[in-house]
Amino acid sequence: MTTDTVPTFVAGPAGPGAATTAGRRRRRLRPGRVALGAAAVVTILASVFPVYWMVRTALEPTRDLQAGSVTPWPRALTLDHFRTALAADGFWAFWRNSLFVTLGSVLVALVVAALAAFAVARLRWRGRGVFVLVVFAAQMAPWEALLIPMYIVVRDVGMLDRLVTLLVIYTVVTLPFTILTIRGFLDAIPVELEEAARVDGCSRATAFRRIVFPLLAPGLLSTSLFGFITAWNEFAFANTLLIKNQDSRTLPVWLSSFNNVFGTDWGATMAASTLFMLPVLLVFVVLQNRVTGGLTAGAVKG
Amino acid sequence: MGGAVSPASHDPLLPEGRSPRTAPTTGAGAGTPAPVRRTRANPWPYVLVAPAVVAIGLVLGYPVVRNVVMSFQDYGLRELIRGGASFVGLDNYAELLTDGTFWGVVVRTLAFTAIDVVLIMVLSTLVALMINALGRVLRFGVMAGLVVVWATPIIAATTIWQWLFQSERGVVNATLVALGLDRFDGYSWLAHGPAAFAMLVLLIVWQSVPFAALTLYAGLTTVPHELFEAARIDGASGFRLFRSVTFPILRPLFGLITSLEVIWVFKAFAQIWAVTQGGPDDATTTLPVYAYQVAQSLHRYGLSGAISVVTVVMLTLLLLVYFRQTLRQEGDR
Repeated sequence: MTTDTVPTFVAGPAGPGAATTAGRRRRRLRPGRVALGAAAVVTILASVFPVYWMVRTALEPTRDLQAGSVTPWPRALTLDHFRTALAADGFWAFWRNSLFVTLGSVLVALVVAALAAFAVARLRWRGRGVFVLVVFAAQMAPWEALLIPMYIVVRDVGMLDRLVTLLVIYTVVTLPFTILTIRGFLDAIPVELEEAARVDGCSRATAFRRIVFPLLAPGLLSTSLFGFITAWNEFAFANTLLIKNQDSRTLPVWLSSFNNVFGTDWGATMAASTLFMLPVLLVFVVLQNRVTGGLTAGAVKG
Repeated sequence: MGGAVSPASHDPLLPEGRSPRTAPTTGAGAGTPAPVRRTRANPWPYVLVAPAVVAIGLVLGYPVVRNVVMSFQDYGLRELIRGGASFVGLDNYAELLTDGTFWGVVVRTLAFTAIDVVLIMVLSTLVALMINALGRVLRFGVMAGLVVVWATPIIAATTIWQWLFQSERGVVNATLVALGLDRFDGYSWLAHGPAAFAMLVLLIVWQSVPFAALTLYAGLTTVPHELFEAARIDGASGFRLFRSVTFPILRPLFGLITSLEVIWVFKAFAQIWAVTQGGPDDATTTLPVYAYQVAQSLHRYGLSGAISVVTVVMLTLLLLVYFRQTLRQEGDR
């Protein structure tokens, strides 16, 4: 569930050392450069190929897909599969469910985590060390081992087949990471900024809202990326806790049962996968640029 | 009541590492000396962490406790419906530890984890070193490719995998046949144990390399360039350079990523369940899948709870052994 961590460094520039190494080697070793380039191309192909194949299948007409041979490029292009996927029974309902659960859990986790992170980073109180320890432990929690007890607990309180249940679980799954990350960001914001505002007559709350929050915002954004991906992708709990009420299923559960939905219509299945993946890719691309360097830029301004 | 508070926690609003002089005062206002108010237990920190504590306690803590309790009970379908499970002591654990199937699953889980993690670490290290040596254009290309993989949702990936390895029209079989391996004509990957196992290994490795490679690359960029230069002047190159300069410096990062990958692979559930559900013939049943099967098809929730507990204990032991070794190595250096 948590193969994702905030990739803030992905778009970051490479160290100056790396660049000069490459430059120097380019002049010295020609055959080495060619081998390196070939390895790079192979890596790109190996990473992107499955995703390419998904899109390619989604765009090829069914008659070509059912032809005997397989070609690297689609022989013709069509959007029929996307139409089939969009018109599939309940697609929009599942889309809405996923969006509700994802946005809901991200927002709730941000608020709950921000409060706790503030108490940890800025206040002194008995039990703070224990709390941080609990949060660290909770971050390592093997959620996959809790599917069955969670099912029983949720059943006992009569919350099976409810989207809110998933929202609450996803909130708690992402909560430890969110607390620790926001706490890290808060630690990086000098307390003096707040103190200065308070000397100028701001209340503690106003100082937080006007001074700390703007500096914290980019961090909150990057943190929510993690929550978004976790909740949008989650399959095991959704598959275990939403059984009878099919209307409240989320996209991953729906997609995992593509056999029931599309039979052997692989074009439509791949179109549905593409539609499912698109929001994550968009969030990655959009948040990536907003997050990189946002915090440091803000602190310099402050 | 205030007297019981230790000096360290005397001022609940004191920021970490601040002297009392510069500490922000309470909401009473900057000019108000409020020592009495401040020595009392300030409720605000507790109010602020309360939602987090309650949420973690109810949604994580309670199921964990419930799972442990259940593992000591005879908890079947009857108990699920009517309640009133009876305690049976260590019966569930005794049954597990004397069961050949369970040990088969344990060995399989360890093998699955070992193969995956070794492949992930070797490939990620190579990719990270490669990115580090590449020019701007190709570096961007490789990193963009890795990010696309990273952004692929697990269930999208499992669906793609089933299509790639589809027996009649899958591109993998078509390619293998084109390469002259005729036995893959219409070969069903999901019907053969080792094939299904290999297919899942590939899936997990494909999904895990981006995080490990990009993190390692980020680590590589922090290694001072002078170290490489010095080693190169001393005649080191290639693998030696990596072994005697890069790896020792990045050892903590390698350790961290390895243990994260061990955790992720060991408890991987969604990928296996979505593609094979543990089949064919249990060939891809790892511990988390086994725990789920025992509950779902045998309705033996107590036994399933015991499997979960053993899974967590094994994972913890695995990581402890590893961490102790790393610590010792750190000490030797």
